Amino acid sequence: MAADTAILVDEATKVFTLRYHKTFKQMTVAMMRGQDLTNTFTAVDNVSLEIKQGESVGLMGLNGSGKSTLLKLINGTMRPDKGTVLTRGRIAGLIATGAGFHPQLSGRENIYLNAAIMGMSEKETARRYDEIVDFADIGKFLEAPVGTYSSGMYARLGFSVAVHVDSDIFLADEVLAVGDKPFKKKCLDKMEEIRQSGVTIVYVSHAAGSVARMCERVIVLEQGKLGFDGEAMDGIRYVKYDDDLPVDALSAGDGELGADI
Amino acid sequence: MTDAPVEARPRTVRHVEGDLIPPSSNQGLLEVFRRHYLLNLLVRRELAARYEGSFLGFVWSYINPLSQFFIYWFVMGKLMGAHQNIPNYPIHIFSALIVVHFFTETFGAGTRSIVRNKALLTKQAMPREMFPVSAMLVSLVHVGPQLVILIVFAIGSGWAPDPVGVAAMFESLFIAMVLGTALALLFSVANVFFRDFGSFVGIATNYVRWGVPMVYSYEMVSNSLSHWATVLYLSDPIATGVLLIQRAFWVGTVDDPKHPSVTAMPDHLLLIGLGVLVASAVLLVIAQLVFNKFEKKIPERL
Repeated sequence: MAADTAILVDEATKVFTLRYHKTFKQMTVAMMRGQDLTNTFTAVDNVSLEIKQGESVGLMGLNGSGKSTLLKLINGTMRPDKGTVLTRGRIAGLIATGAGFHPQLSGRENIYLNAAIMGMSEKETARRYDEIVDFADIGKFLEAPVGTYSSGMYARLGFSVAVHVDSDIFLADEVLAVGDKPFKKKCLDKMEEIRQSGVTIVYVSHAAGSVARMCERVIVLEQGKLGFDGEAMDGIRYVKYDDDLPVDALSAGDGELGADI
Repeated sequence: MTDAPVEARPRTVRHVEGDLIPPSSNQGLLEVFRRHYLLNLLVRRELAARYEGSFLGFVWSYINPLSQFFIYWFVMGKLMGAHQNIPNYPIHIFSALIVVHFFTETFGAGTRSIVRNKALLTKQAMPREMFPVSAMLVSLVHVGPQLVILIVFAIGSGWAPDPVGVAAMFESLFIAMVLGTALALLFSVANVFFRDFGSFVGIATNYVRWGVPMVYSYEMVSNSLSHWATVLYLSDPIATGVLLIQRAFWVGTVDDPKHPSVTAMPDHLLLIGLGVLVASAVLLVIAQLVFNKFEKKIPERL
């Protein structure tokens, strides 16, 4: 591993145990009939990859191919059953936007709480506070309980906190799934700004346009296994999303703003 | 935003200090106290959550123990005649109730804490011990004002602080705190796998209330149980915790120091308390080890 490695995934495997029967009664009946009580499902299967600092990598693949699980292994929510996952620096991301928001607390209190959950100190949050508020653009609702917010406002506030965490690695899921068109545009600009500042980005998306614009490298997962790792455009062709690309892949067309996870 | 090609745009090179480490690594309870700022916010959130949409709010946390107090005081004190045998019976109950309530609240809320916070736990890496610990601190927040009420009534009944009593009070609260956290850790993770554990805790707390010399005196226990049964009885850490807090407050209010209910209390109470506290701390270490073993499976089982 080199000194400029940001994320190192080494033969990582994550297996989920699916339980068919939850109660004692169901389990007894199933045992008598000789049915399986549990089944396993390999969400991430022996994946190895290395991401350098400052790289922005698109993570692509069909639904259920293990993208989100891999992201959760990288952000530390889950631990691999086999292999290792190592990271360098603080991780932030859009996996947990709005996680931990409490409906009874005001927008202001929730900003501090959410930022603390992502690892920011009180001072750091205070320093970024105005930017967070400006970006979320919720105006006079700041002192109102978050429970009274519209779903759009709720999502904007969550997104705003997440993108203002001082991070070294930024994991982006559901990036463009929030808000109206102007806000999506603002999000894309902000992502670009994060990218420019040299933060390592892992970006999960089905939108070929934004992957092509944001990322120089694409990793494709297929049923938990590493299917492709290489140039962005080759990766997009590999998953056969290149039909979706606008004629000029690098212009901000409507197609890339698709709300998809 | 410019529409220039990716490679043409200038990029800052960012060098990150620090080592490659597993992103999920943490030091359990130590990590929880290292991130005390987050813990503080979580406790406040929990306090806000507990009384959400309630008009009386914080007052409810007194209504529960007070209603228990009046039931015991009326049924046991008035109807069953405990007033005659136990001097200053209300203080006997109320001092015990503070410790018992602190413990059962920590145990109960702590057990539910991880399942209740699943939205957060399945998305963000953080020390998961945070939630049982914050449940304990939320319960501890309520102990303060209850102690103030107790002290006011104790002084009214002729109590004055003494060094042994103060030590006994701290031992008592620490026992409830350490033991409550240990059990909250164990049961919070067990509750993720089988919600049955949550129901079990409800029953267990019922036994805790009656397994301590709160509504009856320790004198009655030592008179009716054999020596070994008494030892067994005292091996319940909360029973020791209750005796300690009664030593701290109730004993000082009894006019006659030779009263049988006072002399019946076990000798070397502080020493017993210390032993129980050490045992609780050992259990806390074991609980942390068990927690470490199973917490890996928490996100997928929620």
